[in-house]
Amino acid sequence: MNVIINQETRELPDGATLADALLVWEPPAVFAAAVNLQFVPRTGYAQHRLNDGDRIEIIAPITGG
Amino acid sequence: MDMNITPLTHADPLVLYGESFASRLLLGTSRYPSPATLEAAVKLAQPAMLTASLRRQGAAQPEAGAAFWKLLQELAVPVLPNTAGCHTTQEVITTAQMAREVFNTPWIKLELIGDDYSLQPDTLNLVDCARQLINDGFKVLPYCTEDLVLCQRLVDVGCQAVMPWAAPIGTGQGPVNPYAMRLLRERLSVPLIVDAGLGLPSHACTVMEWGFDAVLLNTAVALAQSPVDMAGAFADAVRAGRAAFRSGAMQPQTSAQPSTPVMGTPFWHHGP
Repeated sequence: MNVIINQETRELPDGATLADALLVWEPPAVFAAAVNLQFVPRTGYAQHRLNDGDRIEIIAPITGG
Repeated sequence: MDMNITPLTHADPLVLYGESFASRLLLGTSRYPSPATLEAAVKLAQPAMLTASLRRQGAAQPEAGAAFWKLLQELAVPVLPNTAGCHTTQEVITTAQMAREVFNTPWIKLELIGDDYSLQPDTLNLVDCARQLINDGFKVLPYCTEDLVLCQRLVDVGCQAVMPWAAPIGTGQGPVNPYAMRLLRERLSVPLIVDAGLGLPSHACTVMEWGFDAVLLNTAVALAQSPVDMAGAFADAVRAGRAAFRSGAMQPQTSAQPSTPVMGTPFWHHGP
């Protein structure tokens, strides 16, 4: 199946979890994640099963006003 | 001595959601010429909080945010994450929840943008968005306009402080609607933080003289020719404005009043 991580398409095996997607993406040391605009706490990565077409957002701290 | 005068020497903290802050200046962290400049500005201005944000990070540049994160840890100033760039309530909620996990804080600067050109808040959806965040346990500081009814509604849903703009973000125009801002101060008792639109220390001093409780700045400091010196100037202006407000200004008079006593004026005589 294909998922979209930060607007880039990545292929994952069927049944993959968010934790699997993060292994593919290699996020920065400090980050948070959301799937289809729903926050997923880090304690839930391994249980959150992904579906084809899911949109994953991985965000990190930056400067802001 | 008038014993009713409140001594200005006692502690005068900014209190937000029951937490006390020694400074009444909140500082943004964006648009500085370098991280070193930001660091020096923060150390000079000693702000109560630093704003920060969250953005997508491509796999190719993981180090971009790492240096900023390290600096935040070293500065040890409370962080106020924002929801900048969010245009819907769901975007705000999700961003706030991610910020809570990343920054390990319940504080959130609620930004729900309704117009990309002016960066005016979406005033029609802001109140419900604030309500949802508060119900989720956030300490919400909403960026809003100076509209009295909007600010009152934000208080009604549980915001223990509100942050009206002085002018659109990054314009540096100073308070463009003094009447509405002073009316807001007169009518609302919660802490009011002027967020956005200040360009000069005199702007900050003015709103503090009006009784606003704090100011939140970014561009006015970051884009100054010497951001560090400007950060210090704003910190001084905020302190001066606060002291002036607490001192109780004289009422303006329509006619001249001699400050030097008239009695005993030499060479004075009555009549022609």
